[in-house]
Amino acid sequence: MVGRLVFDFFVFPGLFFTLGVGILASWLVRKVSALVQWRVGPPLLQPAYDIAKLFGKENIIPKGSTEWGFLIVPLLGPIGLLLASIILVKANYLAAAFIGDVIVVLYLLVLPALAVVLGGMSSGNPLSSLGANRELRLVAAYELPLILAVTTAIVKTGGGLRLAIFSSQWVAASFSGAFAFIAALMCIQAELGFIPFDIPEAETEIMGGPLIEYSGPLLGLFKISHLMALLVLPLFLITVFLGGFGTGWGALWGAIKYVLVLVVIILIKNTNPRLRSDQALKFFWYGAAPLGLIALVLAVVGNFIGIAWL
Amino acid sequence: MTWTSWGISKSPWLYHVSTGSCNNCDIEVVDCLTPKFDVERFGGKLVGSPRHADVLMATGAMTRKSKPRFKRVLEAAAKPFIVASVGSCACSKGIFHDAYNCVGPVRKVTRNVDEEILVVNIPGCPPRPEAIIEGLVNGLQKLKEVQQ
Repeated sequence: MVGRLVFDFFVFPGLFFTLGVGILASWLVRKVSALVQWRVGPPLLQPAYDIAKLFGKENIIPKGSTEWGFLIVPLLGPIGLLLASIILVKANYLAAAFIGDVIVVLYLLVLPALAVVLGGMSSGNPLSSLGANRELRLVAAYELPLILAVTTAIVKTGGGLRLAIFSSQWVAASFSGAFAFIAALMCIQAELGFIPFDIPEAETEIMGGPLIEYSGPLLGLFKISHLMALLVLPLFLITVFLGGFGTGWGALWGAIKYVLVLVVIILIKNTNPRLRSDQALKFFWYGAAPLGLIALVLAVVGNFIGIAWL
Repeated sequence: MTWTSWGISKSPWLYHVSTGSCNNCDIEVVDCLTPKFDVERFGGKLVGSPRHADVLMATGAMTRKSKPRFKRVLEAAAKPFIVASVGSCACSKGIFHDAYNCVGPVRKVTRNVDEEILVVNIPGCPPRPEAIIEGLVNGLQKLKEVQQ
């Protein structure tokens, strides 16, 4: 039993698996971005080299920082995403083994953003607290449409909260599901911190924002959190909206779905300029949230009348 | 070669410090990121904070005003790192040799802060992007040899 738990947490679907796929996904992000810009791009293991290097460098704790907060906070992101990854993968492969439902995953997905906010606030640098403020505003912006979209999926699948229920059917293959999927895709883009929603980290404005004072292993932990998010967030979308990852030979189809979702995210990243904070808020509250609301109304009406495609 | 110097040679993150340059070398440093030269092939990328940096690209003849700022950047950067003095001015003060407002080449100022820091000179006015990349490769090779 203990061996099984250790295997779950550290090998599959835990740390080793999540990190490995995350490294490949991060390479894909950089390579596709490079190809879009007519460059060659980094070698396959580049994200792994980056992390290995960061863990060998000096760890500086700045003078004005809240020391224990500064040191502990980077762990929040990897832990939250690790748990979310285990729950999602288990829901796809072992539908019987219940360890958490969609609400738990939604809460766990907030942890990385929370880590960035707390880390930025505790480093005692004006630019990093500015970045933390922006991250907080961004979270306030994208949480509403994301929850509306997930609620649509819940209504569409008959009111259950278990992830296995979602992964057994294509929610996005209906009008309400498609709208909800588009809204959720935008939220995932913001949650990953990709352009056009990289407002908190804006390299050219506030020099990496909340991460500006982090160096060495602690920065490495933030990078690891980002790698894991690259696996967990598209997997969340696939599980809830796109009919799950599939087992056996179906897993190949699942992998294709994963890569497609990731490439769509990367292309959005590479073809858009960065929005301002207020523009992002407007986009989510006046654009994505009404879309999610329409999807929810359509789903409720469709359920009431009994039209499956609505 | 240690773990760290191996890691740095595999993913050198560049931080760009202007120590009073005429902007020519700055443009050439940014040229290294363009499709034709693409330092990301070797894992290099431009970062915004000296805390993340592995290579400090210093451009310019080190004016009196920029010296204390450059010293603070040196203190803020996470060790180990190397300093690349890009351009003739940064290497030897260039045409500003006897100017009253320039305090010595980058190498001298860096030595005053810390003897251990490795400084690579990349001469040229401005150096071509190929020269900058070659200088980086040589500097990282040197770091591997020093950190035996």
